[in-house]
Amino acid sequence: MTTLDELRKLKEKALDDLKTREGSASAKITVGMGTCGIAAGAREVTTAFMEEIEKRNLKDVIVAQSGCMGYCEQEPLVEVEKDGQKIVYKKVTAEGAKKIVAEHVINGNIVGDMVFATDEK
Amino acid sequence: MMPELSLNILDLAENSIRAEADFVEITLDENTKDDILTLVIRDNGKGMDGEFVKQITNPFITTRTTRKVGLGIPFVKQITDLCEGELVIDSEPGQGTELKAIMKNSHIDRPPVGDIVSVIHTLIVLNPHIDFLFIYKVDENCYSIDTREWKEILDVVPLNDMNVQKTLKEDLLSGLKKIGRSLI
Ligand SMILES: Nc1ncnc2c1ncn2[C@@H]1O[C@H](COP(=O)(O)OP(=O)(O)OP(=O)(O)O)[C@@H](O)[C@H]1O
Ligand code: FES
Ligand SMILES: [Mg+2]
Repeated sequence: MTTLDELRKLKEKALDDLKTREGSASAKITVGMGTCGIAAGAREVTTAFMEEIEKRNLKDVIVAQSGCMGYCEQEPLVEVEKDGQKIVYKKVTAEGAKKIVAEHVINGNIVGDMVFATDEK
Repeated sequence: MMPELSLNILDLAENSIRAEADFVEITLDENTKDDILTLVIRDNGKGMDGEFVKQITNPFITTRTTRKVGLGIPFVKQITDLCEGELVIDSEPGQGTELKAIMKNSHIDRPPVGDIVSVIHTLIVLNPHIDFLFIYKVDENCYSIDTREWKEILDVVPLNDMNVQKTLKEDLLSGLKKIGRSLI
């Protein structure tokens, strides 16, 4: 188990990192966690997002969760908010999560064939 | 149905989050001598009244507006029924809810606990404003993690900080390994 001392050191390291980076998050990824989302693989998708973000050291990307959005047959649903625009992806898999990070989160290119909805009018 | 108990746990914690809890306690207690597995999820969310609780294992009882059936609790009830156990829900409006699922541990229909590390890690990291206490007991051995203790020391550093995320995962993995439950 992590000792108090280790936690204090962790805090110092995290604070150092925070100092070298400023501004708000560059992207926010929200995974739907309703019952059918979870049954359809939302946990694996979330883990894949977190691992990919860690691997690529994307410190300004936030992963969050929401309740279900009401489209059971399209789960797992994932919303990506970037540059003021929201895109909802459907039937996301662990592989899909990696693709979304590489193409959309990093390069700003929406992954067309996975889009469920956009907030564009 | 969920293939792993840890997915039911993620789902039940989602109920607590939707009930606006800011503290969720999750306990898994494996008593191999009496052959009983107990899962307890306790929250300080908005609770339910007695009439509602009585009907809650009926899928048509839901306050969700996105669809007409709620599946989370009926799934758990199905497991406890199959595993010679019981589901006990205690709730008080404005106070919170305690859900206890008791199963015969060795029952053939008892789902494996599964990847509980990912589930607890996900809950903590994705909900940094909610406090979690997770306890896993296997007979006299016990692992626990209390995010309130972490927050006290980490102060302004949030639990979803990347450095913290990593340490959390290591803590969970090594802690469960110590009680002999790393891969279930
Ligand atoms: N911890 C809790 N606190 C307060 N209310 C709860 C709690 N757990 C369940 N409920 C109430 O019971 C209802 C049924 O829960 P259940 O998990 O079975 O279905 P659901 O959450 O409505 O939908 P689903 O789980 O299928 O996404 C919920 O809609 C909610 O009103
Ligand atoms: S869980 Fe079914 S639509 Fe979200
Ligand atoms: Mg539910």
